[in-house]
Amino acid sequence: MLKMFVVGVGALAIATTAAAADISGAGATFPAPVYAKWAEAYKAQTGVGLNYQAIGSGGGIKQIKAKTVDFGASDKPLKPDELAAAGLYQFPTVVGGVVPVMNLPGIAPGQIKLTGAVLGDIFLGKITRWNAPEIAALNKGVNLPATPITVVHRSDGSGTSFLFTSYLAMKNSEWASKVGASDSVQWPTGLGGKGNDGVAAFVKQTAGSIGYVEYAYAKQNHSTFASMQNKAGKFVQPTAAAFGAAAGSAPWLRSPGNYILLLDQPSAAAWPITGATFILMYRNQENPTAGAEVLKFFEWGYNKGDGLAASLDYVPLPATVKGLLKKQWAHSITAGGKPVYVAK
Amino acid sequence: MGAETLSLPRRPLYESSMDTELASPRGAPPGHALGEIIFRYACAGAATFLLAALAGVVVSLFIGGLPAFRAFGFGFLTSTTWNPVNEVYGAAGPIVGTLITSFLSLLVALPLALGVSVFLVEFCPVKLSRPIAIAVELLAGIPSIVYGMWGLFVLAPWFAAHVQMPIAMDFAPDSLIGKIFSGTPNGANIFTASLILAIMILPYMAAVFRELFLTVPPQVREAAYGLGCTPFEVIRAVVIPYVRRGMIGVIMLGLGRALGETMAVTFIIGNSHGFPHSLFDSGSTIASTVANEFAEATSDMHTSALIALGFLLFVITFIVLAVARLLLREAKV
Amino acid sequence: MTRAQRRRAFNGVFVVLCSIATLIALSALVMILWTLLSKGLGGIDGMIFTHDQPAPGSPGGLRNAIVGSLIMCALGMAIALVIGILAGTWLAEYGAGTKYGHVVRFFNDVLISAPSILIGLFVYELLVAPFHGFSGYAGGVALAFLATPIVVRTTEDILTLQPGALREAGMALGASRAFVIRKIIWKSARTGLLTAGLLGFARISGETAPLLFTSLGNQFYNAKLSQPMASLPTTIFQFALSAYDDWQRLAWVGALLIAVAVLFINIVGRVLAREKSHA
Repeated sequence: MLKMFVVGVGALAIATTAAAADISGAGATFPAPVYAKWAEAYKAQTGVGLNYQAIGSGGGIKQIKAKTVDFGASDKPLKPDELAAAGLYQFPTVVGGVVPVMNLPGIAPGQIKLTGAVLGDIFLGKITRWNAPEIAALNKGVNLPATPITVVHRSDGSGTSFLFTSYLAMKNSEWASKVGASDSVQWPTGLGGKGNDGVAAFVKQTAGSIGYVEYAYAKQNHSTFASMQNKAGKFVQPTAAAFGAAAGSAPWLRSPGNYILLLDQPSAAAWPITGATFILMYRNQENPTAGAEVLKFFEWGYNKGDGLAASLDYVPLPATVKGLLKKQWAHSITAGGKPVYVAK
Repeated sequence: MGAETLSLPRRPLYESSMDTELASPRGAPPGHALGEIIFRYACAGAATFLLAALAGVVVSLFIGGLPAFRAFGFGFLTSTTWNPVNEVYGAAGPIVGTLITSFLSLLVALPLALGVSVFLVEFCPVKLSRPIAIAVELLAGIPSIVYGMWGLFVLAPWFAAHVQMPIAMDFAPDSLIGKIFSGTPNGANIFTASLILAIMILPYMAAVFRELFLTVPPQVREAAYGLGCTPFEVIRAVVIPYVRRGMIGVIMLGLGRALGETMAVTFIIGNSHGFPHSLFDSGSTIASTVANEFAEATSDMHTSALIALGFLLFVITFIVLAVARLLLREAKV
Repeated sequence: MTRAQRRRAFNGVFVVLCSIATLIALSALVMILWTLLSKGLGGIDGMIFTHDQPAPGSPGGLRNAIVGSLIMCALGMAIALVIGILAGTWLAEYGAGTKYGHVVRFFNDVLISAPSILIGLFVYELLVAPFHGFSGYAGGVALAFLATPIVVRTTEDILTLQPGALREAGMALGASRAFVIRKIIWKSARTGLLTAGLLGFARISGETAPLLFTSLGNQFYNAKLSQPMASLPTTIFQFALSAYDDWQRLAWVGALLIAVAVLFINIVGRVLAREKSHA
């Protein structure tokens, strides 16, 4: 029986009829579906396979630093000094939003209005019932129940948590000093669900609960979401247009190292908890062909991938930003002084 | 009942003669001597390789966790603060959660596994025994993530509705029962996590128990029946003493599995890092914390704290198993 | 109540308790299988085995994940069986009663409880980082780490319980110790060793965490062990926690496939070993 095993393994190991992926990348879970969609179409068109695996933003950063993949992906942009220290360059690919969702029978999606400060107080545990005065003040005319609020947050580290906590830190000074912003924080109160799925499940099962999920999950599950007040003072609902408005009104040109958080952007239609996801590559490519293939793939994604991204509820970058980034590649990613690939 | 005379002697009887076989004047049969040596060293080599592999894992974990140990010292073991923003970490919450869930799950799974294996060996109609045995082993083959998802989507809501709510309704929060069973009624807590763990380790233990029971020679059992024992007495006084050492091994196996199980627990335990205040409170285990946070941990101290947690799990396993062995040695005397 | 009646009463209670235990175990199985079947059966179609995993919204199957899992589990079990049975044999035969034997047995038990993610990390440091690439080899080795201690433990328990009379008989006929072990003891412990292998396989067939950092996963078909490889557990993990219905459906199909595979191998293994029925 042992012999059978060994022979079997050997035979399978030799069986190499199909082509393996030509480039590999790893990192953030948030863009994994859209990269998979792009990779599928790209392979059909060009025959080049791009294997992307979602092991987490931290994993992506670790692996590109360990040079086990051709590019890393992170929902949390690295600061310019971190980039310089590691010799990396980062650029964004798509945009998405984080949506507060809740379980309040009888309330329609978008009916409840919240501000960042109030949301922060809820997650701090200071506001404990739905009919609290702070919430009622924003929602005159809505019949708020006296149900206790159960907070649901992420138990695993995640770019979604990073965006959400960064936003709370921006709008609620007590949150900034007590908890801070990171992909994994010490939550003052509440339950931890694993993944967007876990949070959505807990919210669905517990009346009076509130949590936060990526837009795709809120949309696919038809969750009851809140309308948030943005920087311009307007209460907006989370839609692809709202994320696009946030991305469009952001100061890309003035962001060194492409370090930019799309939170609380000035446009009147902008969703305040928006974020982009980033690709990390080495400035000096040891393998210029692999580097060129990666850039060619993302150029294809910029030029031809918008429709596919939108079909999965992701928001493409504004055209001006894409043009700017493609120009950046020529002088940012080089091998022996020459650009690895010049994008059109 | 005299089972001791039937148990296997600790040393094989023939050991001395085998060792001097090569020195005997007749000499060894042709071809056997080399084969004997190769086989013996292959076996010993495999065992040593195993030891080396484990040593490698533990050493690499210790080295990885050293920055965290240096930074927090002994407080790492007693503090419940787990703050990735301020980079302050304490392992008390996960440690307590790991110990409680593992022992609770063993407490639930052991009688069940014993019951199942005894049923299969003694009472089950012969035609049914193989299908049921295969069915129980099938439980072992279900991926742990399915247990996690089943726990989250099926067990948790049922538990919240049928166990937690009635208890919350019927008992005042200040009473003893109220205190032991307090907690948000959504089914995601230490107790349900232990139940899932129990279902996970049950098939391993039941399968090996059954194999152990099947090694008891029929003559031994028939002799007991011949003396007029009821099946219960046969099991209690003849079969179990015969296989006792193996049973301990199975319990170790089950406990070990429970201590390290990740996916099934992490979905349903609620994942809060503090001390659980009651059985129905959410908590965390070492394995679930590492699984949740390792992929995203960017800072070196966070990663090091997680690896330190992993090292601590090895230490806990070490201590638990050592204590179990000590208790056993005393019980035999 | 006479003494005899009391003994019979105890026995009756005992039988009832054992039956209840079996019922509980079986009902847990039925409940979980029900969830698996109801969510997974609906998704099975002809494409599962012929197409690779799709992007959300596109049609596809699980071929690359199935092949990858088969290859890496086979590699892992090959290593685990060789090392595990040899080590378990050493513990039961040559090392029984020695101090070194105690140490090895104890540390083996410790290794059983190792969280799979930490094993994956260790193999990452060993086989991925130095070679700057994820591979199926690393995945297979990580799985072997998880299966070997179970095989060792079970093998040792089973072999120790083989009757001493068998060994004595072999010796009396002039066989060498290795011969006795290989041809007599292993043969008589056949079903037990099979159980050891099956338990090891059951453990690794559903493991995700160790594969995440070793074989990484692959969206495309890859049968080369030197490249990142897809596997059913990692694919299930990724798809089940996504927002898309078709991915979730595929995840349940994958989970169902794993459970069915374990069941199938169980049955086939037992038939091959021609287990004697117990009266």
